[in-house]
Amino acid sequence: MTVEPSWYLVLSALLFSIGGAGLLVRRNPLVMFMCVELMLNAVNLTFVTFARMLNDTGGQVLVFFVLVVAAAEVVVGLGIIVAILRRQPGADADDISLLKG
Amino acid sequence: MIDTVVFLLAALVVLSGALGVILARNPVHSALMLIMTLFGIAVLFVAQEAHFLAAVQVIVYAGAIVVLFLFVIMLLGVDEADNLETEPIAGQRPAAGVVALASVGLIVLLAVRSMEVSSGAQELSHALDGEGSNLEKLARVLFTDHLFAFEATSVLLVIAIVGAVVLARRPPADQVGDRTSRAGRVR
Repeated sequence: MTVEPSWYLVLSALLFSIGGAGLLVRRNPLVMFMCVELMLNAVNLTFVTFARMLNDTGGQVLVFFVLVVAAAEVVVGLGIIVAILRRQPGADADDISLLKG
Repeated sequence: MIDTVVFLLAALVVLSGALGVILARNPVHSALMLIMTLFGIAVLFVAQEAHFLAAVQVIVYAGAIVVLFLFVIMLLGVDEADNLETEPIAGQRPAAGVVALASVGLIVLLAVRSMEVSSGAQELSHALDGEGSNLEKLARVLFTDHLFAFEATSVLLVIAIVGAVVLARRPPADQVGDRTSRAGRVR
């Protein structure tokens, strides 16, 4: 029994969906952020799988860029969360509704 | 045989870690479970001969990003357990489950379809196999074909640092909670 590329694709689909479900269910902004990281990692796994399958470095280079953008996103996002929670301690996703129409 | 065992163990670690992230009540436990998932992904990267990315995954994600998460949790003191029993919006969790199942189905369908389609033209100049290490091939592509994107990411990181400093700066004591005077001073 050899490991097929499709196994990796199914695993990353499961990981992506778990992350998405967590993003929909959890209300703590920090945990929602961690779920976004899970989804990004699922996509990275897909990229690496296709890079090996198609014998092309392009997929791995793209994962590199995803890592950089994820790092920048986490820095700015956590800065925003710190600013919100400092103003309104214990806020969750439902409390941040000033822009709601 | 060893490949299969490695894949199954890593997949178990990844999936149990991911479920731990979304089911743990305490954000600190979620962050630790996230580290577990990231290590599992790094193992899968090694299994697919992406050695450089596996190292970067451990250093950047587990070493920097999750530590940043833990810093924020400790800094804000939000490490008390969330209440997961109540459901703020009626029917939210079943709906989220349905959406998750549907997305699994759709992505698997898409992947199976793309495995048929994407067997066509292969780029011969950037092959992953052949002479040289993984790092060498990646660097060659990164610093020739993708040089502009690489420089753009450096600009992005500088902007992110400036943004984080501005956002996390504590306003002077006389301005806290006094939005009008603050807006006046900004102008």
